[in-house]
Amino acid sequence: MGLKTSDSGPEPTEAELAAVSSNFLTTKLSWLTNWGRANSLWPMPFGTACCAIEFMATAAGRFDLARFGMERMSFSPRQADLLICAGRLPFKLAPIIRRIWDQMPQPKWSISMGACASTGGIFDNYAMVQGIDTIIPVDVYVPGCPPRPEGLIYGITMLQKKIRGESIADPTLRVEHMMDDRGFFLPPEKIDEISEPFGNSVHQTRSA
Amino acid sequence: MTDGRTDGQTVGRTETAPQSESVSALRDRFGPVVLRTAVSCGDSIVWVDRARAHEVLAWLRDTPGQAFDYLTDVTAVEYRDPERDLEVSYQLRSLARRADLRIKIPLSKSGPLEVDSVVDLWKGADWLEREVFDMFGVTFKGHPDLRRILMWDTYAEGHPLRKDFPLRGHFTRAEQTRQALAANPEAHYSMEELSIAEAYDELPEEMRHRLSHGERGHVL
Repeated sequence: MGLKTSDSGPEPTEAELAAVSSNFLTTKLSWLTNWGRANSLWPMPFGTACCAIEFMATAAGRFDLARFGMERMSFSPRQADLLICAGRLPFKLAPIIRRIWDQMPQPKWSISMGACASTGGIFDNYAMVQGIDTIIPVDVYVPGCPPRPEGLIYGITMLQKKIRGESIADPTLRVEHMMDDRGFFLPPEKIDEISEPFGNSVHQTRSA
Repeated sequence: MTDGRTDGQTVGRTETAPQSESVSALRDRFGPVVLRTAVSCGDSIVWVDRARAHEVLAWLRDTPGQAFDYLTDVTAVEYRDPERDLEVSYQLRSLARRADLRIKIPLSKSGPLEVDSVVDLWKGADWLEREVFDMFGVTFKGHPDLRRILMWDTYAEGHPLRKDFPLRGHFTRAEQTRQALAANPEAHYSMEELSIAEAYDELPEEMRHRLSHGERGHVL
């Protein structure tokens, strides 16, 4: 602590200094870590549908995702820390995205891009997962069908904002609570609840 | 019309489109096996009896005047009217004659949904028949590898394109999610399907030759 002011009142005690300096150091370390994490996200693109076209446009020259530190698309989940699910997710792909998510090392985040990944979208049918948040945890939902590149960039900047607000001292931040060995991380009632149809389709019965 | 055609307006009209000459040839050759014929949107459709459908299709492929050497599609139709039969539909194409023909096999829903496989006639029918089996539950007798192709192998809810199948499936979303997460995608595919290199020895000789020399010949 090289800083010293001459007329700033009484000297702090040793205990006060220790408390303040440790706080100061922790905060700065968090800030530095979060700064690094937020600005060097390596996305794992999981493109299944038309959202992937917009995602490619976002990565290409005009919108240039590299401006946000995403220079490198990581096609291996083990070298990625951001899963972008761009497009609808059928049940057949559910175990695959779950495995990709499990293979990604911590810390990791995920963006659900588009209406279908977030809610099932127009595909309220037997084949489609009604929102990937029933399969993996989601940090940012980007609405749109598909979202424009500006929308995805806005979602990414929101995620960066979220990362900057995280604390490396919080041990609960990265814990995924798996319910049991069935692979659920949400209780079944919750999955049923968030998979419920909304809007006009609530008037359709399950047997229709 | 820039190409000078004057009959553009009549194409697709049911009343005026001519019936394919294959239809009368089929009637002459097979008689009562041909149950019904129609022309719809310019396409000739022939309904044939299930018992001799394979024979009819083989004849259409091998007879010189017919020469339907290309199977465009195999699919099935179930109508909203529960009295009507389910139909398995074969869309045939003669590449040399530039002619099309649609063959339909009506299947009574009270009886077994079973037809003879045509994989022995057209190799391309393999996955098409698997899709019809997956979506409609029609079994193809003599198919070399009849299993689901779109839904995963342990899918337990039935055949999704049948009219008695609810749009959102039979199970709750939680149960569907549990079953989907419990599915092991690697368990139901052979090594040959997962890796083309493993399948190399199983490929036909001429295909191996082409692969080993590059599809377009030697590149030096």
